[in-house]
Amino acid sequence: MSLERSLRGLALGDFAFRAITLLFAFLVLLLLAGIIIMLVQGAMPAFKAFGWDFITNETWDPVRDDYGAWAPIVGTVVAALIAMLIGLPLSFGISIFITEMAPQWLKRPVGTAVELLAAVPSIIYGMWGLFFFAPFFAKHVQPLLVASLGDVPLLGALFQMPITGGSSGVSVLTAGIVLAIMIVPFMAAVMRDVFEVVPSVLRESAYGMGATTWEVIRNVVLPYTKVGVVGGIMLGLGRALGETMAVTFVIGNASKLPTSLLEPGNTIAAKLANEFNEADGLQMDALIAMGLILFAITFVVLLLSKLLLMRLTLTQEGQKT
Amino acid sequence: MELYTRRRLLNRINLTASLLTTILALSFLVWIIAVLFIKGFSAIHWGLFTEMTPPPGAQGGGLANALVGSLMLTIAAILIGTPIGILAGTYLAEYGKYGLFSEIVRTINDVLLSAPSIIIGVFVYELIVIRQGHYSGWAGAVALAIIVIPVVLRTTENMLKLVPIHMREAAAALGAPRWKVIVQVVYKAAVAGIVTGVLLATARITGETAPLLFTALNNQFWSTDMNGPLANLPVVIFQFAMSPYDDWRELAWAAALLITVLVLGMNILTRTLLRDRK
Repeated sequence: MSLERSLRGLALGDFAFRAITLLFAFLVLLLLAGIIIMLVQGAMPAFKAFGWDFITNETWDPVRDDYGAWAPIVGTVVAALIAMLIGLPLSFGISIFITEMAPQWLKRPVGTAVELLAAVPSIIYGMWGLFFFAPFFAKHVQPLLVASLGDVPLLGALFQMPITGGSSGVSVLTAGIVLAIMIVPFMAAVMRDVFEVVPSVLRESAYGMGATTWEVIRNVVLPYTKVGVVGGIMLGLGRALGETMAVTFVIGNASKLPTSLLEPGNTIAAKLANEFNEADGLQMDALIAMGLILFAITFVVLLLSKLLLMRLTLTQEGQKT
Repeated sequence: MELYTRRRLLNRINLTASLLTTILALSFLVWIIAVLFIKGFSAIHWGLFTEMTPPPGAQGGGLANALVGSLMLTIAAILIGTPIGILAGTYLAEYGKYGLFSEIVRTINDVLLSAPSIIIGVFVYELIVIRQGHYSGWAGAVALAIIVIPVVLRTTENMLKLVPIHMREAAAALGAPRWKVIVQVVYKAAVAGIVTGVLLATARITGETAPLLFTALNNQFWSTDMNGPLANLPVVIFQFAMSPYDDWRELAWAAALLITVLVLGMNILTRTLLRDRK
């Protein structure tokens, strides 16, 4: 009798513990649902007032209560693209260096340094960008860019000196570069992990046939890890799109759409950081609507990256068995 | 022979390029860290830990209220987020290893792991700040907890999976119910790993600024009231660095150095913890 009861107690304990853990696992899904619902709810008034034009409307005028998200959307995408354009070769170079070139004694310190730098809070990158990189950029790099690229047809329009003279160095391009430097350690760490899953048998057989290091990278490592590398890139892109602090300091918070990369601009995240606390009414709704757009973009990018990285582990497991 | 030289040349060029990019990237990072330490060290003095953040235009001042506020926010966020993360991770590792539901939870968790933190700030603003009618430390703590959960969940799941199945089988053979096996055997075996996850999460939220801008905001005065706006280091850095006052900027650099040293320290600690396990 008492045995039966204690057994039932045990079963009940088992059931309760399982239910609790399941509940909290479910909470993760609920969290995402909550974020989406809250954002949609907050964004509704703005979409009702402006319709889909909200996305393509360039004006942002608190006086006439007329808002559009186009300028920050373009700014977000352009800054992230610049960051990828610069950050990609850099992080690729680092991960190649660590996995394929560095002697054993150097691998660990460089790898650790890269990982630690990926952990440095983004606000530090922003401060450095504002106080050191932007002035440096305005004094040394900007004139060089204007002189060399400013006269090139088509491309030149992107490298015109802003009317204000650009002496502060605060611009879309500066923001893109600071972002690039911020995501390089992160992407390099992911790519290194991805390159390291290549079985050494594959590498060794290529070397055994007389391939050079570059040929091993080009024809063995890259084809094997293609999916994972793209996943890592997307992960970096997701970061770059949603980054707030590193950008807010150096982008200049301009409400107009810049015509040149050397002019100040804005991104969705930076606009939120700068204006959210002072906004109310329709302006607040418009800001939340922009937040929803940002969340939607990053969600798709991150989901894709996750699926791609998952495929890499799947092929890896498939080959093991 | 010509093919041979070309291949060697191509190899040389590409590897040199890779070496140069590494040096270029690392020198930028050295520049940042050097600036931070030089600027930060010259701004650090004892007053930082005893004096309040100064009002506009005032001389001197410290970061005492921001330090305490950050500490309270971090502790509250960890207390809220850790149990959720550990229990959810337990489900994924122990009960739902393969099912579709677990796969979805894992995917969503990974998305939340790198979701823009400013969006989490907006979410908590709508969820709590609007309802309460004012900024509060609790709102800030909840926003940070949302960042803690995915980190802890993921490390917990990975660490529990490393515990050998024999340990579970041995405990079950002795008649222990499943939950006792998990709590008394599996957790015990994985405790270092779980602590690592919590430390990583702490490091992650120590420097997070964006989610606090619309939730905890800032407070110029000494306050330990989680129901009102609470001073914290990241927002102080943001506001003071953007200000035109030299004194404020100095304080911002000091705070930036403190935060970075804390974050890097915690990361190094997790590394040594993990290495001991291996």
